[in-house]
Amino acid sequence: MSDVVIRSDKIGKKFRIGHRTADQGSFREAMLRGPRNLLRGAVDLIQGRSVVAGDSVEEFWALKDVDFAIRRGEAVGVIGRNGAGKTTLLKILSRIIEPTEGRLEITGRVASLLEVGTGFHPELSGRENIFLNGAILGMSRAEVRRRFEEIVDFSGVEKFIDTPVKRYSVGMHARLAFAVAAHLEAEIMVIDEVLAVGDSEFQARCLDRMSEVANAGRTVLFVSHNLAAVMALTKRALVFNAGHLFFDGPTEAAVSHYSASLSKGSSDRNWGRGRNATLVSATVVDADDRPDHRVDNAVRFVVDACSPDGIPYNFKQSAGQGTLAMRLGTPLRFAALPAPDPG
Amino acid sequence: MTSPSSDPPRTLVLEAGRADLQYWRDLWRYRELFLILAWRDVAVRYKQTVIGLAWAFIRPFMTMVVFTVVFGKIAKLPTEGAAPYAVMVFAGLLPWTLFASILNDASTSIVGSFSLISKVYFPRLIVPLSTVLVAVIDFLVSLVILAGLMLWYGVVPGWQILLLPVFVMLTLVCSIGPALWAAAVLVKYRDFRFIVPFVTQIGLYISPVGFSGKIVPEQWSLLYSLNPMVGIIDGFRWCILGGSSPIDGPGFALGMGVIVVLLWWGIRSFRRSERAFADLI
Repeated sequence: MSDVVIRSDKIGKKFRIGHRTADQGSFREAMLRGPRNLLRGAVDLIQGRSVVAGDSVEEFWALKDVDFAIRRGEAVGVIGRNGAGKTTLLKILSRIIEPTEGRLEITGRVASLLEVGTGFHPELSGRENIFLNGAILGMSRAEVRRRFEEIVDFSGVEKFIDTPVKRYSVGMHARLAFAVAAHLEAEIMVIDEVLAVGDSEFQARCLDRMSEVANAGRTVLFVSHNLAAVMALTKRALVFNAGHLFFDGPTEAAVSHYSASLSKGSSDRNWGRGRNATLVSATVVDADDRPDHRVDNAVRFVVDACSPDGIPYNFKQSAGQGTLAMRLGTPLRFAALPAPDPG
Repeated sequence: MTSPSSDPPRTLVLEAGRADLQYWRDLWRYRELFLILAWRDVAVRYKQTVIGLAWAFIRPFMTMVVFTVVFGKIAKLPTEGAAPYAVMVFAGLLPWTLFASILNDASTSIVGSFSLISKVYFPRLIVPLSTVLVAVIDFLVSLVILAGLMLWYGVVPGWQILLLPVFVMLTLVCSIGPALWAAAVLVKYRDFRFIVPFVTQIGLYISPVGFSGKIVPEQWSLLYSLNPMVGIIDGFRWCILGGSSPIDGPGFALGMGVIVVLLWWGIRSFRRSERAFADLI
């Protein structure tokens, strides 16, 4: 018990969303809609509910019955399609929104990075924004002052540190913002998609920094669509699908589950003869099964000899070169493969 | 390693509708954010203006001139005791402007900080409270104008001026209640974006700002004191004009009662709706 820092017990979150009904063509319908919606707004007001635009209102569960526990020092990836409930979960964890049902226990201070540069003010200089953003993320002024040089160094914008941020390029803005966030200290870090900033060199630096954080014994929850980054940073991952926790286990298995759900026939997750599967990462092994090289993005095989119908259909064959190449993450048809360990 | 992170880890329980016992402690922990948000608003306020801080002097000064001309010269309303009409108006304008700017700024502050509220946790009370600090800074600038006016007209304040800070505090308390309530309901119902400026505009004329509260007939004065700003403006005039403007005891007590109720009501409704801000905004 003492080791569990986040325990989620049947967490659920409900939203109310409005719809426009289809029959809006007629004049009569248009005339009726106004008073009817006004009436509904008045009823909402009296009952203390929020006003939702639209002709009909539907309740929508963004998260439902989510159970998990995370131990101190664990780095956990959170993956899932757009709208699967990842961000809703992070917002509940960061106390931005409240769960509709269930119970969540958190031990320790949570720092959440749902975007970089939260609260940056365009009129203020880079220097001023470092202090402002630091305070918003929960750093004390003394803490920011102590790490100020480091932050400026990391961002690489020291020359423009006294220029208003509105004059910055998008990249400079993002780098300064990430630099502040990267120097945040908390027991639990909740990070959402913040890696997608800057040029590739800066992205690599961000990834390095994140793995430093993850390896420093802090608890990290990391949401990303960048599967390679999730695999590099975390050993365990939660996969969300339509508001439900769909898989909880080793990252490798989670990623293959996720990719399977992404591919067309998302209903069949049972690998086997003739089924679709997706290769997400691969390790090239030598003759004694010793790992030789790990690939996360694309594989190329140099083929010496091969019968044409033995090639998985989506391997592209470069003409006359004897090389097969494919991007990982695309569906793959295998002749035969054992069912995966459910984790 | 610093003050926020050196606290021993505590277990926080998040549940629907759970009253958060650590709220007030959190509020104290985030005091630096409160200061920095106020500083940001002040720092940004006069950026890219030509005359900058001079706007803080011009606005209240011009209002005072207009009121003095309209109420004192044209309508020929009586001043209080022997005090110059301009000083009497300005003594009423000070607390009213403080009240109105807090109500206006704080009520829109939550919706205006949308990007913060949907991305970071902090006690939401910090946002409207930081606008209070900004209004207080404007108020301090106006005090300089008052000093200039008193010097110009040769008004010498009595010992009562020492109690002015008490009345400033009362003005703050009086504004925070309605401001918090308005900020909370404005998140849900944006109608209040139009209602609040309307209220402060009307309030300027039904509160004794441009005229003396003493011209209200005796039998109505207690009813009139239900407007909490009546007692506060009387108090300001009593401090600044000295003995020539006595405070009406029962009316003042009634006003204070209203202030306490408004404050309680404001904090309560804010705290109740606060947890849903990010959902509604």
